[in-house]
Amino acid sequence: MDEPRYDEATKTYTTGHSYDGIEELNTPLPRWWLWSLYATIVWAVIYSIAYPAWPLVSTATAGFLGYSTRAEVAAEIARVEEANSELNTQLAAIELTTLKDNETLHQFAVSAGASVFANNCSQCHGSGAAGAVGYPNLLDDDWLWGGDIEAIALTVRHGIRNEQDEDARYSEMPAFGEQLEKDEIAALVAYVQSLSGLDHDTALIEQGAELFADNCTACHGDEGMGDRDQGAPNLTDSVWLYGSSDEVLTETIANSRFGVMPPWSPRLSDAQVNAVAAYVHQKGGGE
Amino acid sequence: MTSEKTEPKKRRTFLDRHGALERNGTLLLVASLLVVSVGGIVEIAPLFYLENTIEDVEGMRPYSPLELAGRDIYVREGCYVCHSQMIRPMRDEVERYGHYSLAAESQYDHPFQWGSKRTGPDVARVGGRYSDEWHVDHLSDPQSVVPESVMPKYAFLKDVMLDGKYIQATLKTHRFVGVPYTDEMIETAQADFMAQADPDADWDGLLERYPGAQTRNFDNASGVSEMDALVSYLQMLGTLVDFSTFTPDASR
Repeated sequence: MDEPRYDEATKTYTTGHSYDGIEELNTPLPRWWLWSLYATIVWAVIYSIAYPAWPLVSTATAGFLGYSTRAEVAAEIARVEEANSELNTQLAAIELTTLKDNETLHQFAVSAGASVFANNCSQCHGSGAAGAVGYPNLLDDDWLWGGDIEAIALTVRHGIRNEQDEDARYSEMPAFGEQLEKDEIAALVAYVQSLSGLDHDTALIEQGAELFADNCTACHGDEGMGDRDQGAPNLTDSVWLYGSSDEVLTETIANSRFGVMPPWSPRLSDAQVNAVAAYVHQKGGGE
Repeated sequence: MTSEKTEPKKRRTFLDRHGALERNGTLLLVASLLVVSVGGIVEIAPLFYLENTIEDVEGMRPYSPLELAGRDIYVREGCYVCHSQMIRPMRDEVERYGHYSLAAESQYDHPFQWGSKRTGPDVARVGGRYSDEWHVDHLSDPQSVVPESVMPKYAFLKDVMLDGKYIQATLKTHRFVGVPYTDEMIETAQADFMAQADPDADWDGLLERYPGAQTRNFDNASGVSEMDALVSYLQMLGTLVDFSTFTPDASR
């Protein structure tokens, strides 16, 4: 290495590095930059004393400020719960049929219910509650298990046909493919379509009506109006959960349907269940 | 032409000795390795021995063979690219997804599925939230139930049948990296694999080995398909720890 020399043109020393005659100027970092670096180092030391940082033998230093993410989130949740506690206590205890009379509480329930619905219910029933094939539309006035606010709350709390909740609503349609012949099922399909005025094969109606009376009326009723105690749908209206085409109805009758809804009482508080029931009830179809 | 400025006095500083490192490749390599490993030693190594990084939590058990196969499918299909399995301790996440995730809940995950991005929602506690039928519908055609979803379709999972031929080896591999599978679990791996989604099987042994495992025909079709495996995995996610009895230590 050469001795550093003073470079006249730039008025700067060289570092003394010289490779094939190419030299390097020794230009130090700006002072302000260097002091900023030192400041961050000092800050890091202070920070590591104030907050959890240094690993020791069996635990790590907790920091003088006593900060912990777990304690913070617990405090944050407690703060919000505290702020709403009065309304939530009222909402959890209220006789649901009288909820509408208490305007403030009803408004609170509907707004809270909207959040609960968006987070927990919209995946199946749709973000606008219009449902999907196999997942009921909650906007219309066609209810499988009842559409008054208490029935809705019960459905939300315990769910339908699930294994987790003993009080879940339960019914099971038999798979008639095991008992009936293909042409008998075709006749039933035609008859069921005729109930709600759909296009159907009129030649099969008589046989279909007979089969319907023998096999279906116990749940769906003599007129096919359904039975809410068993979640049996009304077959005379134009609302079809799975569809009304020949193929879909054949599948429904032959292999049955078994729509499951999880129980929400393990995840939602009583106030939340009542809130979402109020939200769904005021959507348009509530009875 | 002469300079008006007089030459300042040249100082030799401590940093000049840095030249020794710059001129010696091997020395530079050793020194940089030392510097870089400080980060690992201070930040990573303590996590393996500190008592407060992993708390013992009741209920955690290794994955059942079918769940493990489902987990492999989850990894294969890159679900982690859009879904995290890590509920952070923040109010919005706890209120939306449930109790924040504990380190112990990932203790049998190789590799963990915390993810780094949420195009879809977090799935750390998706278990039990929806019906099996919904999962099958949703995986087959997500837009049929969630029209605004951008998730791709995975309908082919229903058609790929599994026989659990290699599940024993998978369990052994997981045992090799520290998952406490017993000899009995490994012995019965393939039988357990076939039994979990078979409604006619005897589930007693399976449930004794894997408490809380969910046993039913998940995709409502005969045989064990990839759909069965994936849904069995999704339906158990986040369900093992009973948070009604678990009190987290605030300082952890």
